[in-house]
Formats: sequence, structure tokens, C-alpha cells
Amino acid sequence: MRQVIQVTSNNRLFGILVPIISVLLGLIVGAIIMVISGHNPIEGYIALWNGAFYDAFTIGETIRRITPLILTGLAIAFAFRTGLFNIGAEGQVIVGWLAAVWIGLVVDAPMIIHLPLAVLAGALAGGLWGFIPGLLKAKLGVHEVIVTIMMNYIAMFVSNEIVRSVLTDHNTSTEKIAATASLGSEWLQALTFYSRLHYGILIALFAAVVMWFIIDRTTVGYELKAVGFNRHASKYAGMNVSKNIILSMVISGAFAGLAGVMEGLGTYGNVSVISGFTNLGFDGIAVALLGANNPLGVILAAILFGVLKEGAGEMPSAGVPTELVDIIIAIIIFFVASSYIIRWALTRFKKEGK
Amino acid sequence: MEYVIEMLNIRKEFPGIVANDNITVQLKKGEIHALLGENGAGKSTLMNVLFGLYQPEAGEIRVKGEKVNITNPNIANDLGIGMVHQHFMLVEPFTVTQNIILGSEPKGAFGSINIKKAEKEIQEISDRYGLKVDPTAKISEISVGMQQRVEILKTLYRGAEVLIFDEPTAVLTPQEIHELMDIMRSLVREGKSIILITHKLKEIMEVCDRCTVIRKGQGIGTVEVKDSNPDELASLMVGREVNFKTEKKPANPKEVVLHIENLFVQDARKVDLVKGLNLDVRAGEIVGIAGVDGNGQSELIEAITGLTKSRSGKITLKEKNITNMSPRNVTKSGLGHIPQDRHKYGLVLDYPIGANMVLQTYYQKPYSKVSVLNYKEIYDKAKELIKEYDVRTPSEFTPARALSGGNQQKAIIGREIDRSPELLIAAQPTRGLDVGAIEFIHSKLIEERDKGRAVLLVSFELDEIMNVSDRIAVMFDGKIVANVKPEETNEQELGLLMAGSTINEAGDSSDVK
Repeated sequence: MRQVIQVTSNNRLFGILVPIISVLLGLIVGAIIMVISGHNPIEGYIALWNGAFYDAFTIGETIRRITPLILTGLAIAFAFRTGLFNIGAEGQVIVGWLAAVWIGLVVDAPMIIHLPLAVLAGALAGGLWGFIPGLLKAKLGVHEVIVTIMMNYIAMFVSNEIVRSVLTDHNTSTEKIAATASLGSEWLQALTFYSRLHYGILIALFAAVVMWFIIDRTTVGYELKAVGFNRHASKYAGMNVSKNIILSMVISGAFAGLAGVMEGLGTYGNVSVISGFTNLGFDGIAVALLGANNPLGVILAAILFGVLKEGAGEMPSAGVPTELVDIIIAIIIFFVASSYIIRWALTRFKKEGK
Repeated sequence: MEYVIEMLNIRKEFPGIVANDNITVQLKKGEIHALLGENGAGKSTLMNVLFGLYQPEAGEIRVKGEKVNITNPNIANDLGIGMVHQHFMLVEPFTVTQNIILGSEPKGAFGSINIKKAEKEIQEISDRYGLKVDPTAKISEISVGMQQRVEILKTLYRGAEVLIFDEPTAVLTPQEIHELMDIMRSLVREGKSIILITHKLKEIMEVCDRCTVIRKGQGIGTVEVKDSNPDELASLMVGREVNFKTEKKPANPKEVVLHIENLFVQDARKVDLVKGLNLDVRAGEIVGIAGVDGNGQSELIEAITGLTKSRSGKITLKEKNITNMSPRNVTKSGLGHIPQDRHKYGLVLDYPIGANMVLQTYYQKPYSKVSVLNYKEIYDKAKELIKEYDVRTPSEFTPARALSGGNQQKAIIGREIDRSPELLIAAQPTRGLDVGAIEFIHSKLIEERDKGRAVLLVSFELDEIMNVSDRIAVMFDGKIVANVKPEETNEQELGLLMAGSTINEAGDSSDVK
């Protein structure tokens, strides 16, 4: 019995240590690559730091970049906690973005109605984009990974077509949304030397609280997790398995849709024809993985990735290509995903320490 | 006398626990040697030491008198030790032959696999030991009993002289158990030696020559089976006197609680497996359903509990029609269900055992209010049930997965009985459990009966049916073919009824014997 207790407390410790060690290893390997390719790693990392934290403006831009990453991270984490793999966050971001801007363009209403309506529209669109794979999985057993990947392409091309043919007359970008639907804040912009920082960060942080509450505190979360762990036992216990699979995908999609809202109503204020994915959804997978599918972990991981991605822009000033940051991120993910190696090493050290 | 395998004073520790403490097992050539102990006594650990999966902290292993150091299973294989695992390690879409040669494929020209040669060899081995395995059959298409024989063949093909069987009968039907016993006898006749890990005394009495008993990691000793008896073995294993005959007062049946009329249920392939079944269970009685696995028992239970829709017929619970109701509504109507497969249906293994205690009631007060869970109430309830039903767990927050099978089952039984159901369905409630847990569970079922509840027991163990039931309904080919009283029948008669004989035929032939 004592063995069991030890294992569980060890697991919690490992859960925290593995991401931290992975991040450190990622940075170390990044430094080694810089040395090999003839750059000074200290200068490189100083440039990275400055790129993210040099002044109020860069800090504002860093927070702006973190905001949608929190939401896509939550989307993936939520699905994961309930036994589903939502690769479709990317598409859900795109439809959320489109829907929010659409409402922002065509509706004429005071802010107190217009803004919440636009935000809600984005979340609902993302939810709908999650509903379809959820329904197919629940009723026909089609694997959600396949369907969500396909849904990403559908989202991208449908969105492009609507921008070109419905929202504009063959332009590549829509007009800016009405000020009554904008998340932008003059106050925050003034504070950060006119960065694109907007109120969305509050929505993102609130969404993390919502996820924690649903998953850990409600009967809905109890059912969703039970269905994810063991469908048969859930059915035996009287839960509606199909309903729970669909609901999980809808909630996950709504989080991702909100990430699109951040871009549409906050950062850009319009929607454009895109030639490739935004990658917010795919980065969300990495954020969820590093954050161990825990809302607080997701926030921390999103901060790390946001900082790395924003800071990367400054690295060429030290002669280091920005792609290096992608390498560092990839290495961090590699070590988290292969956390078995780190666990093994930690256990080894512990044994020898005895 | 020369021993083929000797494990002398083996000690194996895990962090904070001594799994094996000074255990000695000596296996003679050509004998069937039982390794007896309760769940968690350390039998499997000991065999994993022999098989090279664990390294012992102290003690030595000798093969044919020579000291050996088995550091991995390949060495064990080379020494002629083979293991037939409880959970089969077979590739389902492969054929029998493909599975058996996996890892040691006979190479033909240019590195191709000579499958014909392997098939022939396997056929020969199968014939020699009477295994009756078809080398070309696919694993997914053969029965569980046959799959086990493939595992046996696999060890023989690799030249095993010593076979370790890890609780081989847990997954088998009574007939298959019988056939397995014959196979084991023919194996030793051909000069093989067998270690049988088990906690079933009947099997030991039937086939084993000697028996080594382990209790709580300690080697208790080795006895000659022919000089011993089940009572002695049981008390050696448990460390106290064990009551085999379940004590109970005569039943006092009252009104009908469960009434089933002309029920038809199909399986996933749309084949009728329950075919016009009629059954009544009254308050204050335990009705045992005896039958060979696959005669529609699982489908019957699934139809009553709402897990499967019935094709036609009528099921009432306390005169309320529950035919084709959802599982939740059936549960609300007063059903407790101890499911046949506790891992698949009974528990969410990744949830704490405490959270599993409210699996059907989490949405009700006081466990939640307006959809917000009240963890204090949930875990208080869990603590109460854990204490009352003697569920041994480090805490109510421990994942259900970490508990032993017996304790998982006690938790399920506690949860189901605690709702005070009008009807309690117990499907194979003691499957894979040791004597102590079986005793406890039987006494709980009888307690429920005495409280005036209706209990429906489904079991493939005739002992259990005979011991616990007040009335036995024999199920064959989707119907109840006979209703008998346990005190007016015997295992022979039941066996014949289960095989489809009518009550007259069965009565006649058991009179003759």
C-alpha cells in the first residue's frame, strides 16, 4: 500500500518536473545549435529576451500573442481530458474568426450588445465546427482525428470564399469591424506605446477558469471524463455516451473559436483571405501537451510559447535566424512527448542517490 | 530425487514492500506442482523472478541442480522454462502458426519464412499432446479455450520442459477446464513438468501432485496433495479456518419483484441469443442462473439492465414496465447491478475509488447541487462504504486501478447494495477472487436476501450456484429449461440440464450413478 502512495506522489512531482526539464533541455540544445552554426548563444538569447520584453510595446505585443494560444491550448486540453483528440482547433479558429468579424461588420448595435454578440458568434461557430466531428464520432464511430483534419481545410477554403465573394467584392481583406464590436482598448494601447494589446487576454484567462470549473467541479465534467476514460462503465452508470462525446467536441471547438475571435475582434479587426493555416490551432496542441492538459499549465505554456515566438522576431539582430526558435520549440515538445526518457533518468538518479 | 527447478529462499522487495520473503519451491520432473495463495500473496512475483522479469534480492535458482542466473526471459526460454500467461499475448489477426513462430521464424531461401514447415511441426506437437489446435485458424476466430492452447503450443514449440500456468482456468468454461486438466495430465505423461498458479482448491485436488502454499509473501510450506484435503489447504492459504458451506436460513420468498415474459434478445450480429425466456424472481429469495457460458446469460442481463434493447417480450420490476428503458431509468426503478466484467463496466479505473462510489448517483443531492459537485459529501460517502465493506485501499483518493481485484469488487458491491435496490443482479460476482473475498461476497448477497430484496445470481461456477441460491434456474440455448431446488439436485444433474437434457433424462441418469 505504501508503494501505491509513493507512486501517486511521485507522479505529481514528475508532472511538474518533466515540462520544466524539457524547457531547459530545449534551451540548452538551442544554445548548442547556435554555437555549432557559428553564433553567440548568449547574444542570441539576449536578443530573444529583448524581442519579448524590451519595452512596454514589446510586452504588449507578447501578451497579444499569448492570448489566442491560451485559448487553443484550452481547446485541445479540454478534448484531451475527455478522451478526444481535437486536431481541428485550427479550423475552429478560422470559422470563429470569420463569424466574429462578420457580426462585427454587418450588425449595427450599441457595444454592450454588439461586442458580446460578436464574441458569442465566434464561440458558436467554433462549437459548430466541433459538433460535426463529434456527431460523426458518436453516431457512426468515425475517428475524430480524420474528420477534424478535413474540417480544417473546409474551414480555410469556405472562409476564403466568403471573404472574397460575400463580405467583399473580390478583395482579399474585409473592412475593419465597427468600433462597437472591437476588443481593442485605447487605455491598454496607450499604456503599451500603441501595441495591438486588447481586452481579449481577460477573456482567455476567464476561459481557463471556466475550463477548470467545468472539468473539475461539475457533474458535466464528471460525465465527460468518465466517458473519456471508459465508455462502457459510463453507459452502465446511466450516462448518455453520444451526448457527452458531442458536448466535449462542442466545448473544445468553442474555446478554439474564441481564439479566432481574439484575432478578428482584437488584433486585426478584420478577416483576410489566407493562403495557409494560422497555426494557432496546431500550436495549441503543443501548448496543451506542455501544460499537461491542466488550465493553469496551459496558461504557463502559452506564456512560454508566446514569449519564444514574439522574441524570435528580434533574434536576427544577433545574426541568429528566427527559425531557431521553432527548433527550440520542437525540441521542448520532443522531450515532453518522450517524457518517459526524463522519468527514467529521474528514477535512475533517485535510485543512485539512495 | 532430482529436481528440474529449485527456487531456494527467494526474497524479492519492492520499495516499501516485501513481495517474496524466504520462499522455497522445488519442482520434481514429471509432476504438476501447485502454487497456492490468495490474490496478492506473491505468486506472480515469484514466477516473474523465475521467468527473469525480476531479479531476486536474495536466494538462488537451480535448474537440474545447477545454479543459474536468469536475468531476462530469453534466458528462461533457453533453459526450457515457458509461461502460459493469464492474459494471452496473441496477435488477433494472425493465424495460430504465425503467432507461434513469432520471434523465432523458421527461415527458408532468401530469408523467406517457411510457414508450411512450421505448420507441420505445430500439427505434430498438437497431436502428440492432444491439443486439437488447427494451425491455420485465425486467433480472432477461435474460442478463448483454444487460444490458451495456442499459448501452450507456443511454449512447447520453443522447447519448454517446464510450463508455468498463471491462473489458467480463470477465463475458461467448466468444459474447457476439464479439457485443460486432461492436457496437463498428458503433458506430464510426456515428461514435462508443470507449475500451476491458482487459488482454486478444487483444481489442485484434481490434478496436482504437490502444493506449495504462499501467504502474504511468506513461504508456508509444501504438502503432498494426496495426504491433504481442501479444508487444510484453505486454512494454510488464508491463515484461519475457512467456512465453505455458506451459512443461511431457509428463504422466505414473498411477492414477485422481477418478472420476465417471453423475452427475445439479439446480440450485435442480430442473432437471437435469448429465445422466449420466462423468469420470476421474488422478494427474499436468491435465484441462481446456472448455465454454460454463451447460452444467453450476458444478453439476458444486458436486456434487464437496459444496456441492450430486447427484440420482444416484457420485463417488469415491481410491476413497473422496464422493457427497453435506459440504464439510468432502470437504475432509478430500483436495480443494483454487479456486472460480470468489473473493469469494463463496473469501474472507471482512472477515477479515484471514491469517485467511483457515486457512479450512478453523482447528479443527485447531496453529491451535487445545480450540477456542481460536492466533493466533501462524495468522499465522506466513499469513506463510509470503504469502511463498511472492508475495501482495502490506501485512501479514498487512490485510483480504482491500483486496487486488487477483490477490493475493486467489494467496492462495487458496496456501491450497488448501498442504493437499497429492490432487485440485485450479481453476474459472476466472485470471478477471479480468493476464498476470503468469496466468503464475504456470498454473505453480503444472503444479507440482502434476508432484508427482503430479490437477488438474481448468474454464475458459471456450479459450487457457487449450489451454495448460495435458494432456487436454481437452468439456462440453455436462450431459455430457462428447468427450475430446481439446490437441496434436491446435484452437480451431475445440473451439468446434464445445462447441456440440454430434459429434467427426466437428467434425473434418470443421475439416479443410475
